[in-house]
Amino acid sequence: MADTGNSAKLKVSRYRVLGEGSSFWLSVISVGGLLGLWWFVTAQGWIKPLFLPRPTQIWFAFKQAVSGDLDNHTLWVHFLWSMYRVFSAFLLAVIIGIPVGIAMGVSRIARGLFDPPLEFYRPLPPLAYLPLMIIWFGIGELSKILLLFLAIFAPVVLAARAGVRSISQEQIQAARSMGASTFQVIKNVIVPGALPEILVGLRIGMGVGWTTLVAAEMVAADAGLGKMVFNASNFLRTDVVILGILVIGFVAYAFEMLMRWIESWAVPWKGKV
Amino acid sequence: MSPLDAAGVPAKLDVRNLTVRYGTRDGGVLALSNVNLTMKDGDFIVAIGASGCGKTTLLSVLAGFLGQTEGEVFLEGKPVLGPGADRGVVFQRHALMPWLNVIDNVAFGLKMRGIHQSERYDVAMEKLKLVGLEDFSKQMIYELSGGMQQRVGIARALASDPAVLLMDEPLGALDALTRETVQELILDVWHRTGKMIFFITHSVEEALFLATKLVVMTPRPGKIEKTYELNFGRQYIETRDARKVKSDPEFIRMREVILADIQRRDVTTQVAGG
Repeated sequence: MADTGNSAKLKVSRYRVLGEGSSFWLSVISVGGLLGLWWFVTAQGWIKPLFLPRPTQIWFAFKQAVSGDLDNHTLWVHFLWSMYRVFSAFLLAVIIGIPVGIAMGVSRIARGLFDPPLEFYRPLPPLAYLPLMIIWFGIGELSKILLLFLAIFAPVVLAARAGVRSISQEQIQAARSMGASTFQVIKNVIVPGALPEILVGLRIGMGVGWTTLVAAEMVAADAGLGKMVFNASNFLRTDVVILGILVIGFVAYAFEMLMRWIESWAVPWKGKV
Repeated sequence: MSPLDAAGVPAKLDVRNLTVRYGTRDGGVLALSNVNLTMKDGDFIVAIGASGCGKTTLLSVLAGFLGQTEGEVFLEGKPVLGPGADRGVVFQRHALMPWLNVIDNVAFGLKMRGIHQSERYDVAMEKLKLVGLEDFSKQMIYELSGGMQQRVGIARALASDPAVLLMDEPLGALDALTRETVQELILDVWHRTGKMIFFITHSVEEALFLATKLVVMTPRPGKIEKTYELNFGRQYIETRDARKVKSDPEFIRMREVILADIQRRDVTTQVAGG
């Protein structure tokens, strides 16, 4: 402490890594500023409620939606339908996509067979083939779940395949020289080694699935968050539209957090070796 | 069948007229040309040479990761036709499984052979004691230092009780101080287990310190230029004084001889190549 007087004059390097440091308070300012601006322009009456309702109106719309006074379903039912669709498709994509991706990574035959169709349909916007899905599988749940499945499947397969490629040859050679068979290498080296990339693929797949879901529900559904927003727009209920957007956004954020948590739990070695 | 040494003991590892060519066309690279090598129990063979001399190619063929173009490799009388648990490999980068803890890494090969957990943990603990890591059995790989990771790699290679240990520059990525400690540990493991070891290095001092037989290899085409019978490793086992062994006038003289071997070849190949 005796040095305090001197250290005030001490000149030190001002070098910093670009982008270094906490950004938390700036994010608080950003969110708070946007909300404040929203509240201010609507309170002043500068924008008509039809275009942008006041924040308090969103809250009333939320209470209406929860009690089911908006349309045939409560918010909870809309939410559950959306979750049911996206998670059945997600589960299907995980069960089929991970083995296919791993097969493509380890087998010339699987890669040759699956690569062209996958690479063809992957860049297509899912809504472009939704009509075909409806023609083939009807307007019911099957066509929507299949559409979501296709949307999630591609990133999951690609991630699993890239995960296999990311495993060092030395790890595989080490396992072989400890007497592991090809099947044992796949089960005990390739699958765990590809897991970090697979989890990234699931995260991306979940994001793609969620965006596709909401759009698909707008086109063809009886209930679901997308349908709720679409109905509300028909009745010029801008407050409900914004409520729906907020709910959809929060759910997507919750997915992301959940996947990150799963990642830190399942692959604690990621980036450390 | 196998060649006999002076004492009439058959070689356990026998490399005959080994040639490896990369690329099938006429312009293909001759990575190894007509290499002959025999090893028996207790041999510590170190291969040294400039980049491209084929030492890693030789190890890959011994390990079964690479097929030869001509010639044969026999281990205990049987031809080598792929990787197997009779040859333990230690890699330059540790190549451990980061999702497993230390003891499960060491016991990996035993698990692959369907050995029950309690039994394979007994074996793994025994090998971990050999490399001085018995107190770290439950740690994760990424929690260990580089030197400790390599020691886990050595314990893992020993766990399957292989006939020979193949080590591909296992100390290349370690800092100088750790490197010396692990060199001593490897000599200790070699002395206690009596395993044959085939070891690759770039460091002349390391090669002299460890080898009972030093193989100097030269590039284009990769071949064995000279072999030296050495005794410095055994001196260390007797005296337990690495500094004394490494500062011995004979050690220093040999270091210059080997360096001259490698450097002379470097110059001539550069002239020939250029």
